[in-house]
Amino acid sequence: MGEAIAFYTIAAFVLGFAVLVVSTKDTVHSVLFLVLDFLFVAALYVLLGAEFLAAIQVLVYAGGIVVLYLFVVMLVNLKGLPEEHRDPHRRTKLGLGLAAAVLVELGAIFASGYARPVPQVAEAAIPVVGNTEEVGWLLYTNYLIPFEIVSMLLLVAMIGAIVLAKREL
Amino acid sequence: MLLSAALFMIGVVGVLVRRNMIIIFMSIELILNAVNINLVAFSSQLQHTVGQVFAVFVVAVAAAEAAVGLGIILAFYRNRETVNIDEMNLMRW
Repeated sequence: MGEAIAFYTIAAFVLGFAVLVVSTKDTVHSVLFLVLDFLFVAALYVLLGAEFLAAIQVLVYAGGIVVLYLFVVMLVNLKGLPEEHRDPHRRTKLGLGLAAAVLVELGAIFASGYARPVPQVAEAAIPVVGNTEEVGWLLYTNYLIPFEIVSMLLLVAMIGAIVLAKREL
Repeated sequence: MLLSAALFMIGVVGVLVRRNMIIIFMSIELILNAVNINLVAFSSQLQHTVGQVFAVFVVAVAAAEAAVGLGIILAFYRNRETVNIDEMNLMRW
């Protein structure tokens, strides 16, 4: 019962901050709401039993990516707000309508098909010592090659970002 | 699951509605977060850790995407002095 209350509270905060991120006029405020949103998502991960991922979320998202966004917001001088150039109302209504339609569809799918009980999967063969150990075990045994590919992707992205942001080559 | 779907939809609305490139990128981060919530929820429901491993991969890819995307925004701003997505029509045919 307490878990359900905690889940709904955190979910309400996550959704509320997400709406604020999308709807505020000021970009800096938007970034700050994004930090709060990420922190509440991390709390949700703890509630779902994924402590390692919660730590990763706080470190990478709230610590790294948001600082990157803040740097760009401060480098980019936002004098003329982009929203004021041209009437965005047509697109606004279209976007909201599309999103509402898809949300209703997804809700109908979950309401109709998801109510049946989930089949219990057999226990994992590895000895469970803790969440972090478990994730690390899987990451370095079954998913070693995707792990290495992700490291290459990060390296390429780093080089690409430096090349793009350099003033002249 | 419904939370994840709702967060995803807010992100999609952000991509479609806003005209500021930085906010559009933040909306993409929201979408990726929704996907992560979904993965972790399945992982906890099925008592299996693979979902969390995939979520770690999603976080890494999101970090790479954010770095490259913000680099593009900086390069674009340096050329055009704006972050309005409607001005980004250089490659329009």
